[in-house]
Amino acid sequence: MSERADVGGVPPPAAEPVRGAPVTGGGKRGFKRRADARAGLALISPTLVIVLVMVVLPILWTVSLAFQQVRLLNIRNAGFFGDYTLANFQAIFTSEAFWSSLRTTLIYSVLGTAGAIGLGLIAALALRKPFRGRTLVRASMLLPYVTPIVAATFAWTTMLNPQFGIVNEWGQQYLGWDEPIAFLSQKSSEVSVFGVQFTVPVALLTVIVFEWWRSFPFAFLFLTARLAAAPATLEEAARVDGATLTQRFRYVILPQLMPTIAVLAVLRFIWTFNSFDDIYLLTGGGAGTDVVAVQVFYSLTARGDIGVAAAQALVLAAILAVFVGLYLRWFAPREELV
Amino acid sequence: MATDTQLDRPTPRPASAAPRRGLSRDAFENRLFAVLRWVVIAGLLVITVFPFYYTVLLSIRPLAEVLQNPGALWPADFSLDSYGTVLESPETGGQGFLLFIRNSALVAIGTVVFTLLVALPGAYAVSRLEFFGRRQVSALFLAVYLFPAILLAVPLFVFFTRIGLRGSLVGLLIVYVSQIVAVSIYMLRNYFDTIPVSLEEAAAIDGCTRLGVMRRISIPLALPAIMANALFVFMIAWNEFLFALLFLVETRDLWTVSLGLSQRAGSIEIPTTVLMAGSVIVTLPIVIIFFATERLLTEGLTAGAEKG
Repeated sequence: MSERADVGGVPPPAAEPVRGAPVTGGGKRGFKRRADARAGLALISPTLVIVLVMVVLPILWTVSLAFQQVRLLNIRNAGFFGDYTLANFQAIFTSEAFWSSLRTTLIYSVLGTAGAIGLGLIAALALRKPFRGRTLVRASMLLPYVTPIVAATFAWTTMLNPQFGIVNEWGQQYLGWDEPIAFLSQKSSEVSVFGVQFTVPVALLTVIVFEWWRSFPFAFLFLTARLAAAPATLEEAARVDGATLTQRFRYVILPQLMPTIAVLAVLRFIWTFNSFDDIYLLTGGGAGTDVVAVQVFYSLTARGDIGVAAAQALVLAAILAVFVGLYLRWFAPREELV
Repeated sequence: MATDTQLDRPTPRPASAAPRRGLSRDAFENRLFAVLRWVVIAGLLVITVFPFYYTVLLSIRPLAEVLQNPGALWPADFSLDSYGTVLESPETGGQGFLLFIRNSALVAIGTVVFTLLVALPGAYAVSRLEFFGRRQVSALFLAVYLFPAILLAVPLFVFFTRIGLRGSLVGLLIVYVSQIVAVSIYMLRNYFDTIPVSLEEAAAIDGCTRLGVMRRISIPLALPAIMANALFVFMIAWNEFLFALLFLVETRDLWTVSLGLSQRAGSIEIPTTVLMAGSVIVTLPIVIIFFATERLLTEGLTAGAEKG
């Protein structure tokens, strides 16, 4: 096209006006700015339309649906406006199941987040100094995070299977377990340590450990990147001053990592709090692992109660927003996200 | 910090100088962590790699042997029958995963193409052009990225049921694109920001239009980032489970590999070894892509983290 000819070496016609720009002053620059603004809006508009139609509008619709009594059977009536009512929320808040599942969700996400970040930190520190094959080891660390969730949970459910899973087999053979442990279907178990009886929520603990395994690579990745950017001179100075390894970690490295850890805590908490796949695939929400996200799914599909599902999802999001808001207000150092 | 280091300074550091006092704290810690480090690395390798090894192991062992000796770490008998069974169509007694692979590939590749078509101009605009509402748009995209999928599940399920697109790959594709496009723009923008503006200005002075600059300068320069982004999007779409479950569970012919595997996993009639072969099949493309492009991907993912 004509552009091609221009690039081809003929004296560039555009050179003249650009060079003259300072002389003509604001008028030309204003023209360019307006052209930029138009081009910018034109280029961003497809994305904007998709996001508005497929994400923002549906969220608003969820709010509206949460205040209507809509079921999958009379889905034709599901609109934006309808007979608004608080019945869904009333049903949720008066149900013991919802409160208990909210408690489960909270335990799951707090312990899951903390463990994943802790494990990620340990991994990042252990792999900090170069050695032969470190690149390969680092890549392997990320495997649990990139693998399809269905494959990961299937490998775990098979390994933990009471009949032929390798964990129970080895536990009975080498660790002296009397009988196989139903890791994913047993709600709680009495364990005695030094004569003290504990009730251990077996299935919940198992899904939390799975969450550590699945998500620690995410923390590992970000902490490794941050460690690589930490200046060596600071640690060297501390070493010369006689600070030991643990002291250098506590007073030199950890303070530098804190902003990253804070961001990771927010991100992981948000994702774990809403996580559906992992628990649905591991336990189906049974045996004391019924997090709210799984409840939303069953309300929607098994019971076909759209109104209640929307209300549950909305309550989940509202609680999450409050937590994250409080956290950012009180704890988070200023770390740039955008 | 100051008090601590001051206190520690007088301790004699060379352990050999004071053998009666045993090791100094510094020497003790150095030795302890030198050992502990390798223990940790070995432990981490075992927990990350073992489930994958176990999956492959079961997929090549005959079922009878697995049931007889569940704790074995090495196949006594090697067979690829499980792969044949899992891939074959149901008419010939298989699980029909070949069809599921086709579905997954169609959705994933379609998602990559459409996401890039939409995200590339968008990322360029957010990075380069000063337009009204640019900051707000960036914030909106970040919010979408963080937004929980389960909240969107309800309205999208209802909406697609009503317009009759729920049991179709097209509906799934639209949902994927809409949810991935924001993070795609976020990643691509970070890369566009690193390309010097002077290159584009030079092209503009030589008479290139805005679109010409984009096509001839910016996109070719950003090609590595675009490739990484394409693979990243592919992985998300290939791995996705929730919406595939919500949209396609009733239409067996359209199941993705993930959905097929999860739906079959609960059934008693299908041998675990066969499903393990399916598990290898759904994981393999991801692991190959990942190891081939690990550096590209991790750099793209953490580009924002090194700022702070």
